[in-house]
Amino acid sequence: MRVAVEMQDVSKAFGDVHAVNDLNLAIEDGEFFSLLGPSGCGKTTTLRMIAGFEFPTSGSLKIHGVEMGLLPPNKRPVNTVFQSYALFPHMNVAENVGFGLRMKDVGKTEAEQRVKRALDMVQLSDRAEASSSQLSGGQQQRVALARALVNEPEVLLLDEPLGALDLKLRQAMQVELKVLQERVGITFIYVTHDQEEALTMSDRIGVMSGGRLLQVGTPEEIYERPSSRFVADFIGEINLLPASVVDHHSVRLLGGLVVKAETGAAAGQDVTMAVRPERLELYGPSEHIPDGLNRVEGSVIRRIYYGDVFYYEVDTPAGVVEVKEENRPGVELFHTADRVVVGWDQAATIVVAN
Amino acid sequence: MSPDAIVESARPELETAARKAEARRGFFIALPAWAYLMVFFLVPLVIVFVYSFATRSSTGRTVLEGWNLDSYRRLFDPLVFDIFRRSFVLALITTVICLAVSYPFAYYIATRGPRVRNVLLVLVMIPFWSNFLVRTYAWKVLLGSDGPLSQLAQAMGGEPIRLLFTNTAVLIGLVYGFLPFMVLPLYAALERMDWSLVEAARDLYASGWQAFRRVTWPLSRPGVIAGSILVFIPALGAYVTPAILGGATDVLIGDYIVSQFLAARNQPFGAALSFGIMVVMLAGTVIYFRSGAKNA
Repeated sequence: MRVAVEMQDVSKAFGDVHAVNDLNLAIEDGEFFSLLGPSGCGKTTTLRMIAGFEFPTSGSLKIHGVEMGLLPPNKRPVNTVFQSYALFPHMNVAENVGFGLRMKDVGKTEAEQRVKRALDMVQLSDRAEASSSQLSGGQQQRVALARALVNEPEVLLLDEPLGALDLKLRQAMQVELKVLQERVGITFIYVTHDQEEALTMSDRIGVMSGGRLLQVGTPEEIYERPSSRFVADFIGEINLLPASVVDHHSVRLLGGLVVKAETGAAAGQDVTMAVRPERLELYGPSEHIPDGLNRVEGSVIRRIYYGDVFYYEVDTPAGVVEVKEENRPGVELFHTADRVVVGWDQAATIVVAN
Repeated sequence: MSPDAIVESARPELETAARKAEARRGFFIALPAWAYLMVFFLVPLVIVFVYSFATRSSTGRTVLEGWNLDSYRRLFDPLVFDIFRRSFVLALITTVICLAVSYPFAYYIATRGPRVRNVLLVLVMIPFWSNFLVRTYAWKVLLGSDGPLSQLAQAMGGEPIRLLFTNTAVLIGLVYGFLPFMVLPLYAALERMDWSLVEAARDLYASGWQAFRRVTWPLSRPGVIAGSILVFIPALGAYVTPAILGGATDVLIGDYIVSQFLAARNQPFGAALSFGIMVVMLAGTVIYFRSGAKNA
């Protein structure tokens, strides 16, 4: 696999503010790569450095092996879909989409054909003459996408492109984007603070916080094997319980309970034990619990109905844990103050440094 | 009857009443401005309009009878046309220079941080704190043949500069006087600009200049149009600046109208001149707005 974008020790400072610190990242050709993190984590700055709107304070940034240096945006083989779409209000849809081709002096006939194909691709051929202000949010978003893709960039940069859409449309566009990316085969670099978006669309995700890249991996790796407390907490829901390492295969929770977990840390070290709510199972006091499960006793504080699932808050000596149980026929319901046993598999137990 | 149905049936009358109340409120709010404009703008305008059809007696009095179009006919006199053409060209050059100077400056202000921006805007408005007449007299000193400019030229071994009482001096004075009227609308237009549009243009292979020409400039057109009108119209009818800085030979329209009312004591002709210039400006403004609306 060829590397589409390679960043080595890239840092960016705005005065005293270090927006990005020593970023090392290689994004492969044809990959759907998401930069995920809370606002102010440096993900947008990273994207803007690839686009050429900002220049790294130090480090090297290459696109297909070519050092970008201080190359302005118009000389880079990338295009951007902006968060606000940034459609030109004084041009109609076709003129917006054709802008890049016009700047590149693509012949008129060819340009017209490519604009038409791009509008077909986003199903907006019938709105070619419309002004951008006459379009709905979702349509504007698709025009922005067509305007970037029509140029056949080596890398497409997307800055929270679905942020302004309502939930239903956002979910539909997530699928549409992913299908589109697979069809055109262009490398997508997608910036978002929405972990669900990142998980559902990406081949790989880079989680950022405080200007640093904390973890890079497939959605499964990021979700199942977070390497830090921040990543565990930021992606999805998770129970974080204080613990101390006993040996390589077990940790001690509050209340003295020892549970099995792969630690890889020195004995006696204070760590955090993390486990996802959907990996926890509730058992009645008299129920048979399969052998080999980690278990902790507690009592139900409350049960919350979510339609497809129930959330239980359970008070245990190790702390309050949340348990997610599917709403299936025949599932046993527990009530407030019921004594229960919380059980979970060792493989679902994650230990991260504090 | 459900509550919804009650609201439904009561709606037409309520809406009409609400609209009437709103209209009444609007009328009272606008009343002072209305009254002021009626008394101090419309009435004098009507008087001028009536006078423009009146006759001048041999002693220079205006006789309000024998209504005729003689004064309007005189507007097409080559001499008058010449004065008008000269004023028009001067106003046009003033507008172009103001635009050329103001645009980069307004762009600079609009792209600064809030603090620098406010300081610069105050600097633009500082001249308004002193009287325009006084400031024009200051230019008379500056441009005079023994003024600082001329002295500097002489100190460097050159000739004394003879700018005062020329159209160049008038032009300098007009540009100076009307510059803020160009800067402020341009600033307002550029300040509202969505700069991500410029970034989008750069992203789509436009060079800095192309991004300006294709995006920034067309989107700032409303400011350009407003500023140009605010400069061109008063520059066309300017009186004070040409009277102080201009020469005796190259009469401009403002000066000419004043002379008709005072020295020549030909009020009907002065009134006709005023109306002629108004019609031309009105037509010009409409055409300019239309062309701007189409291109912007």
